[in-house]
Amino acid sequence: MTKLLSVRLVAILVGLGFTVAVLWGFLVGAYNAATEEAAGHVPYEHPKELSWSFDGPFGKWDKAQLQRGLKVYDEVCSACHSLKFVAFRDLEQIGYSEAMVKAYAAAKTVPGIDPNTGEASTRPGLPTDYFPSPYPNNVAAAAANNNAIPPDLSLMTKARGDGTNYVASLLMGYQEPSAELLEEHPEAAPGPGLYHNPYFPNLNLAMAPPLTSTGQVTYDDGTEATVEQMSKDVAAFLTWTAEPTLVKRKQTGWPVLIFLLFATVLAYMSKKQIWSAVKPKK
Amino acid sequence: MSFPWARQYEPKNGLTKFLDERLPLPRLVYNAVGAGYPVPRNLSYFWNFGVLAGFFLVVQIVTGVVLAMHYAANAQVAFATTEHIMRDVNWGWLMRYAHANGASFFFIVVYLHIFRGLFYSSYKAPREMIWLLGVVIFLLMMATAFMGYVLPWGQMSFWGAKVITGLFGAIPLVGEPIQVWLLGGFAPDNAALNRFFSLHFLLPFVIAGVVILHIWALHIPGSSNPTGVEVKSESDTVPFHPYYTAKDGFGLGIALLLYFAMVFFLPNALGHPDNYIEANPLSTPAHIVPEWYFWPFYAILRAFTVDFFFVPAKLMGVIAMFASILLWFFLPWLDKSPVRSGHYRPLFRKFFWFGLIPAMIVLFICGGAPAEEPYVMLSQIATAYYFLHFLVILPIISSVEKPEPLPYSITEAVLGSDKKVVKGENTSPAV
Repeated sequence: MTKLLSVRLVAILVGLGFTVAVLWGFLVGAYNAATEEAAGHVPYEHPKELSWSFDGPFGKWDKAQLQRGLKVYDEVCSACHSLKFVAFRDLEQIGYSEAMVKAYAAAKTVPGIDPNTGEASTRPGLPTDYFPSPYPNNVAAAAANNNAIPPDLSLMTKARGDGTNYVASLLMGYQEPSAELLEEHPEAAPGPGLYHNPYFPNLNLAMAPPLTSTGQVTYDDGTEATVEQMSKDVAAFLTWTAEPTLVKRKQTGWPVLIFLLFATVLAYMSKKQIWSAVKPKK
Repeated sequence: MSFPWARQYEPKNGLTKFLDERLPLPRLVYNAVGAGYPVPRNLSYFWNFGVLAGFFLVVQIVTGVVLAMHYAANAQVAFATTEHIMRDVNWGWLMRYAHANGASFFFIVVYLHIFRGLFYSSYKAPREMIWLLGVVIFLLMMATAFMGYVLPWGQMSFWGAKVITGLFGAIPLVGEPIQVWLLGGFAPDNAALNRFFSLHFLLPFVIAGVVILHIWALHIPGSSNPTGVEVKSESDTVPFHPYYTAKDGFGLGIALLLYFAMVFFLPNALGHPDNYIEANPLSTPAHIVPEWYFWPFYAILRAFTVDFFFVPAKLMGVIAMFASILLWFFLPWLDKSPVRSGHYRPLFRKFFWFGLIPAMIVLFICGGAPAEEPYVMLSQIATAYYFLHFLVILPIISSVEKPEPLPYSITEAVLGSDKKVVKGENTSPAV
């Protein structure tokens, strides 16, 4: 008994030790909070809530939109951003025929090896090739972009919170910082080579506004290429590149859940029947 | 051991007779989860989570083995092979989402299983060994999950590995050599990734081994139950099969519905977007956070912000974080109340629902939040309560509390009366 008592006595002392140590930190923190002024964060905006064809449990790709988005990537983004996890063959999934993919790939230049000399060279792309990077390496990418390496876009919409809305909001969000913001947070003023964007967490982005005027890209389907339209189309396209299996995933989910619901109801009924023998009568 | 009224296995045909004399596997199953295992008849749905935890362990092993066939543990290609699984491997996306969310569901059911154990004091004699093995399983799970999260080699993988192995760097004198030894280098790189993969593959089988011991230890005294009153006679029990196979079947259906709803419709909801950015040792994420199931313990780690006499704040946090789980090993000897179930312990019940549970919720929220006010101060109060609850309050209330009257038996609790009831015995604590 005395032995057990001593186990608990030690526990109580250890417990009090941890409590004192942590509450000491609390008191110091409370004192600091009371005496020092907290540094405020620069306020940034959460992405706009836009609606997408692939939203919700029944979402589907809008292939025309994905094709328009590919065109925006091709003509604008691809100047600086790679798309290294996407192969040309994947484009068949967004409505292009095999022949079209072949032609599309052949129009691209990818790194290769000269078959006669073994020297590094280039060759026309094949459907099995991946989208080529605009820069030979990160050093070249940094040198060409004021030391900010343009990130790969394959997974961009999954690599940001609320990614699709974020990419679209960011692309159409470039604006001059407001006078009130600069008054309250002078540090938010864009430095040299930086651009103000309220959706970017520190408000200053090294990427110059990429989509600036209506008609910058000529859509094949006749859709008017406003900045908003292009931003949304490329955000949708990048949602597809980030997760080409998104729609298949949702479509697979339904039969699985319906089967499980059926099985669970049956399991409940058998449980009820089995237990009825020993349940007390009400 | 089992109760004397347990049904005996009888081989019925030639094959089972042949087997029973040579390798009595059907007998083992019959006595473990069949009609030969009498179980208290009053178990609530809180007793489903043990079976569910075992189920999710199997899900993790099966999906994990398949993923390992397509994954390469090399810092150059790990991120790309993960994307290869997502894009080019047939049903690879399903395997990976099932594995990532399977880890979350494994932790959800295990946390509910632990909280069941805490509320009903399932750790008390004669079930101390089950509890101790359970804590070992939980520690192994944490190690396995941490190393698994490193494998995709995203930003959170890399920086999580750096922070967690950095904890060992807080040990005085030998800390830094230990950290370098654990990582196989000065920072997480190929050596660390390879050993984490190797251990991540090994540990689940170690867990499976300890699970077997956990279940073996359970079958000696048999399951506890919501009254905490031990089984007295045959009318207190029902055979595991078909009663609890049916009940667990229904529970499994509900768990699978929730699990697959997450896998197919919200597969990334419990993950962090930064882990879809490839690991970059030169770019530190704004907020490094572990997976959600570590948040309460991460909050305890960060709650210690000032040096305590000669102990640096960081070391204090590391000690507290490990202590917060290791103290569970001592629970059977800290809580000496003779009554098991929280339903009959008025004081314990209040501290459990209005102290421990809110403290855990606060720790959970603060662990996932950035290290700034008010989260730091909230986590400090909750951490203080956490240690007070287990190390001070529990030992004290177990000696000052006056328990409420217990039913004489499980049968009485279920049916309202028990023919075998002995007058005057119904107020005595369970033994």
